[in-house]
Amino acid sequence: MIKPQSLGQVALIGLTTAYLLAVYFLPSQVWMGFTINALAMAIVALSWNVTGGFGGLSSFGHAAMYGTGAYASAVLQVQFGVNAWVSFGAGILAGAAMGAFIGALSFRYGLKGSYFALVTLAFAEVLRICASAFEITGAGRGLQLTLEPGLATLQFNNDRTLTYTLLLITVAIVMGLTTWMKYSRFGAHLVAVRENEDAARALGIDTYRVKVTAMAISGAFGGLAGAIYLQLWLFIDSTVVYGVSISVIALIGPIIGGAGTVWGPLVGTLGLHLLGEGAKTLLHDAPGLNFVLYAVVLIAALRFLPQGLMGLAGRIGTFRRKGGDDA
Amino acid sequence: MLEVRNLTKRFGGLVALSDASLDVPEGAIVGLLGPNGAGKTTCFTIIAGFTKADTGSVRLNGQDITGLPPHRICALGMVRTFQIVQPFAGLTVEENIAVGAYLRHRDRREALAEARRIGKQLGMASLLDRPAAALTIAGRKRLEIGRALATGAKLLLLDEVMAGLIPTEVSEIVEIIRKIREDGHTFLMIEHVMQAVMSLAETAYVLNYGKMIAQGTPQQLVQDPAVIEAYLGHGAASRLQETGRA
Amino acid sequence: MSSLILPAMLNGLTMGAVYALIALGLTLIYGVLHIINFAHGSLLMLGLYAAYFLYHFFGLDPYLAIIVVVPAFFVLGYVLQRGIIAPMSAGSEQNVLLVTLALALAIDNLALYFWTSNTRTVDIAYAYDTVEVLGAYLTLGRVIAFGAALAVAALMWLFMTRTRTGAAIRAVAIEKRGAEIVGIDVGHTYAICFGIGTACVALAACLLLPTFYVTPQVGYTFVLVAFTTVVMGGMGSLPGALAAGLLLGVIEAVGGLFLGESLGQIGIFLAFILTLLFKPSGLLGRRAV
Repeated sequence: MIKPQSLGQVALIGLTTAYLLAVYFLPSQVWMGFTINALAMAIVALSWNVTGGFGGLSSFGHAAMYGTGAYASAVLQVQFGVNAWVSFGAGILAGAAMGAFIGALSFRYGLKGSYFALVTLAFAEVLRICASAFEITGAGRGLQLTLEPGLATLQFNNDRTLTYTLLLITVAIVMGLTTWMKYSRFGAHLVAVRENEDAARALGIDTYRVKVTAMAISGAFGGLAGAIYLQLWLFIDSTVVYGVSISVIALIGPIIGGAGTVWGPLVGTLGLHLLGEGAKTLLHDAPGLNFVLYAVVLIAALRFLPQGLMGLAGRIGTFRRKGGDDA
Repeated sequence: MLEVRNLTKRFGGLVALSDASLDVPEGAIVGLLGPNGAGKTTCFTIIAGFTKADTGSVRLNGQDITGLPPHRICALGMVRTFQIVQPFAGLTVEENIAVGAYLRHRDRREALAEARRIGKQLGMASLLDRPAAALTIAGRKRLEIGRALATGAKLLLLDEVMAGLIPTEVSEIVEIIRKIREDGHTFLMIEHVMQAVMSLAETAYVLNYGKMIAQGTPQQLVQDPAVIEAYLGHGAASRLQETGRA
Repeated sequence: MSSLILPAMLNGLTMGAVYALIALGLTLIYGVLHIINFAHGSLLMLGLYAAYFLYHFFGLDPYLAIIVVVPAFFVLGYVLQRGIIAPMSAGSEQNVLLVTLALALAIDNLALYFWTSNTRTVDIAYAYDTVEVLGAYLTLGRVIAFGAALAVAALMWLFMTRTRTGAAIRAVAIEKRGAEIVGIDVGHTYAICFGIGTACVALAACLLLPTFYVTPQVGYTFVLVAFTTVVMGGMGSLPGALAAGLLLGVIEAVGGLFLGESLGQIGIFLAFILTLLFKPSGLLGRRAV
């Protein structure tokens, strides 16, 4: 974001920003509603990107942090009547804590690659089962917030434009934080650990600490996304927030958009959502077909676009400047 | 500066190191020699904290660092390079060196500036913006040294840094190492390339089958029968003497 | 309570046999191709639907359907590996995991689209006959599955150790380059392996259908248990998969007894996490295809 590498990247970023702004002026409110969903998912994607993209630690169970954020906020509001804003914050912290916990355990025992992916999936499943079994999380019925639009309850469902604007701001903040992280010492450490962990250790980096911190940050963003979902839809249950579709959505956007870049998750998720919606309208709302489309696009991206859309754009009209620095 | 005492390491039934000791005085260039499989890299990995020895101790500047993790040892001033070079492939040369520089420079601009300075010192000024993956093997070796240097460590453990280089490249690296030593650094080098050992090392230790069998100046060592036998085989020393070639 | 444990364990064993059957194919695929096949559960689901439709349209008993379904799925597996997985992952190990994940996604959702999420079952009366074993009443269908699992495991073991193709497969598993040099067609061997693994899971499907149900989501439910089985048994170990499958079946049954239906499955995932953390090479230790 600070230094786009090429004309192609500038164009892609420009296009995305233009669309996001255009939504305010489009005649049909459908676009705004649809983009709200896409943005909510983009935050999950941004969260995955911290560990999966920058850190090279592919997680298949990001729902674990997402669901924890959602449930923490929901339990506090529904079971204990805690203020919505405080609960929201608690959701973010809970997500961070869950991320740190999973990371601390997994990395302590040296898990990486496919084994790490599987263990995160297992954690998400354990959480899902627990949430649907215990009363405090509403067991099989889930948890429902009382509909009370207003500032105090952090519910803006009656004002779509406001919701959209808030989401845009949130996404911008998360992307800003990601950029800040990328250009910080921690970011350099994280990338070094991704590229070659032994060499990183030899150069004085506490790789365990770096990885767990990355999981915590990722978890915070994930918990944020979950808490947002709760405020948007007012109802959660274990399948929705701890389910595997969240974990899948978390990784598809960044991989297609460009893992390890700041804009990749947003571009990828938005693009996929547009594709999915287009497919749904063409095929008359057939259930599940948008996921089939995602799967096909994912396979194509893995094979032909290993650097994602941002990577592809990075090769179009490259500027004569330092290499290796992409947006 | 570095005191290694009585290191022993077993891998299952294989004794990789047996009661190995060595000293590296400050400002010296010390060699660690021996045929393949003698235990040299095992010795390094233990000293640098990547493996734990079964017995023995390692002291750096008087402080016991036995068993400390590599990143702590690096912060205390000793850094190792790898026999098979390990550049951060996706980063530029400058960014690679900066990873090392970040140890003592929190700020990104400072770290990059320090990386540029070290890059220039190693004759890599024109390569700073290139991806590390595009370097030749000689370039990667320099990068490896540069990264290690950037951490601010005073004692560098070089693991076969000359391997795979042609004689002119070897001479270049030898010069670089000399200059870095003059700047106030100390070296412990595992080396096979005789050209480098003879011109750089003031003292050297020879390992064979995990045991230290000799110590001395390179000139002394090439005449030591035990060393000759270690490299050339049993009875080689006497054979050489017979043919008058020793 | 104690009088309930033995029947729970025995029932768990029979369910565990199904887990083992599913895992046998998965562990073979991992042991040879080093692929963690995410699509395995989806293939199970397809097998269930295949057996179901054969029953629904032709009245074919699922146990007889084995003759049709298993070879067909061998071909399916071969084609999937040769035609999609291998070319699309282009050698990258991380990509393979994602490619199989994408495949699973596609298959599961296509099933959802074509066949809806309605639960389908078959009515094979005798499958629910009970058999008395050690004072416990076990369902006949499950007991048949148990026997079949042992038989298949034994057959696969013999195949791997006594036939030329088996030797070729083991060679490729241990040293791909070397196998290529001596003239073994690695791509073909990989695909055969994947085909065998798929055929195994199709067999498991036919054996499972009489006493179970089928929905598009069923694959996902089983895939995690299958992974757990494979990891606990040691990636690539056939006897390990058998043992671990049986053990997990028992854990699930006994867990369900003490923790109740909804929490029962937790035992499996906790076992998974613990194994991954402490003994990723499996309870039985090393790989042994």
